Amino acid sequence: MTKTFMERAVDWGRRKSPWIIHFNAGACNGCDIEVVDALTPRFDLERLGMLQQGTPRHADVLVCTGAVTLQTRDRLKQIYNQMPEPKFVIAVGSCACSGGIFDGCYCINGGVDSVVPVDAYLPGCAARPEAIIDVVNKLLKKWEEKQKEE
Amino acid sequence: MNQRITIPIGPQHPSLKEPGCFTITLEGEKVVSAVVGVGYNHRGLEKACEARTYIQDMYLIERVCGICSHTHSTAFCQAVEALAGVEISRRAAYIRVIMAELERLHSHLLWLGVAGHEIGFDTLLMYSWRDREKVLDALALLGGNRVNYGINTIGGVRRDISPSECEQLRSMLDFIEEEDKYFIDLALHESTLAARLGGIGRLSYEDALRLGAVGPVARASGVPTDIRVIEKYAAYDEFPMEVITDEHSDVFGRAVVRVKEIMESIKLIRFALDNLPDGELKVNVPRRIPEGEVLSRTEAPRGEDIHYVRSNGTDKPDRVRVRAASEANWHSVAHMLEGDYLADVPIIIAAIDPCYSCTDRAIVLDHRDTGCQQVLDWEALRRYSVDFYRERGFDAKSIKIPERKIIR
Repeated sequence: MTKTFMERAVDWGRRKSPWIIHFNAGACNGCDIEVVDALTPRFDLERLGMLQQGTPRHADVLVCTGAVTLQTRDRLKQIYNQMPEPKFVIAVGSCACSGGIFDGCYCINGGVDSVVPVDAYLPGCAARPEAIIDVVNKLLKKWEEKQKEE
Repeated sequence: MNQRITIPIGPQHPSLKEPGCFTITLEGEKVVSAVVGVGYNHRGLEKACEARTYIQDMYLIERVCGICSHTHSTAFCQAVEALAGVEISRRAAYIRVIMAELERLHSHLLWLGVAGHEIGFDTLLMYSWRDREKVLDALALLGGNRVNYGINTIGGVRRDISPSECEQLRSMLDFIEEEDKYFIDLALHESTLAARLGGIGRLSYEDALRLGAVGPVARASGVPTDIRVIEKYAAYDEFPMEVITDEHSDVFGRAVVRVKEIMESIKLIRFALDNLPDGELKVNVPRRIPEGEVLSRTEAPRGEDIHYVRSNGTDKPDRVRVRAASEANWHSVAHMLEGDYLADVPIIIAAIDPCYSCTDRAIVLDHRDTGCQQVLDWEALRRYSVDFYRERGFDAKSIKIPERKIIR
């Protein structure tokens, strides 16, 4: 089935303005300040059309940091369920990828992928802003290829 | 206007980057009472410390908080060194001070940006975070990483500062000093900033003492508390120190204290670079630490940071307890919020420079009679919105939205 002009225009719009929501599921703050850093003048992620949003209902990409604690687990599910389709999840930092240094602690559920499906993993303690830009770029390319296949 | 409404804010909320839940009871626009709910970042770190050796704990303790990682590891190192009965070299102590003050620079600049963001002054956020990058470059130069520098080790420090690094550090300090002059001028003379921040989040001298406020929050209420002066840990006994206090006792005062402390930190780093003594970086510490218990204090950018370590004679600690600065300041937040407007809530909370990952060692529950009369839970709110639109002749069912993946 080929896409209509309007559908292709919507696809293009989505690809060029992926709005993000940032959620700290139990991180040490290191990755969080790096995510915000990526949005400020030196790195300026807004060049790729990214804008940080306050509510999951406006967001396309969930940027999740930290190992998921038992307290935030349900909240993470709730936030994921509130996001409109199509949606993507980026796990930023070693803790978000696998639980990292906190893996095995009594209050840790595991990495982000133990709760919601993850599209891109970004290891590092803390993940550098350059790496965050790179992962976003790769995610957008992957998205573009997927859209072409459809 | 007697109806009271209770609004839960959080744990995911746009104002701060970390999860925390604030149950705020309103009467009209005014906050009647506030209950602070933290614990979302509780990871069980203290228990994890008991299962690892002292050297492994160093890496864990650094990750208590990504912003003040150095001060936590310094406090832990001091405790273990005191238990082992070793004294670190003066050079190592000086390098610890340099890192601690660089950390204070980056943390205060970070706070300034966040505070600007909370009051809708995003230009300030962009300016101060732009300058903060220079400090992070310096930290990466000295420690090898932008966030968790890993410079501390039990018995000293891991990396030396070379003369060329000193020069780069000095040029960075010159730059930050110029920028901070601008920020001080902005904080003291910009009328919109004074009008927005003045008079909100009041905490009197007596209340600051009663509620146990620490760090810049206490100093902004006129309490001259600073562990660097009281305890003189690391090499602070050789440094000429001035404790910055302010009499405003509100959010404005906290901003003034922080921008002035940036200046003070620059002076301290310059002094340290000028008087950097020679010596070994590290002294050897046995793997097994003798039995005993120690309480160690440091001054984090946010205030007093306390580490308690108890040893049972093996290579693993028997008990580690961390009391971070934000944990002490939370108690005053509920008090500061009362009587202010809802629109001021984010900046008042941000004014203590809260750090949830520091705080969440233990779960604090504040059971207080909120006197609430109406709490709308999620389902009720949804029903209310559906009915609201239906009454106005709009049927939400007619809109087609792509099916969402729901995870249970």
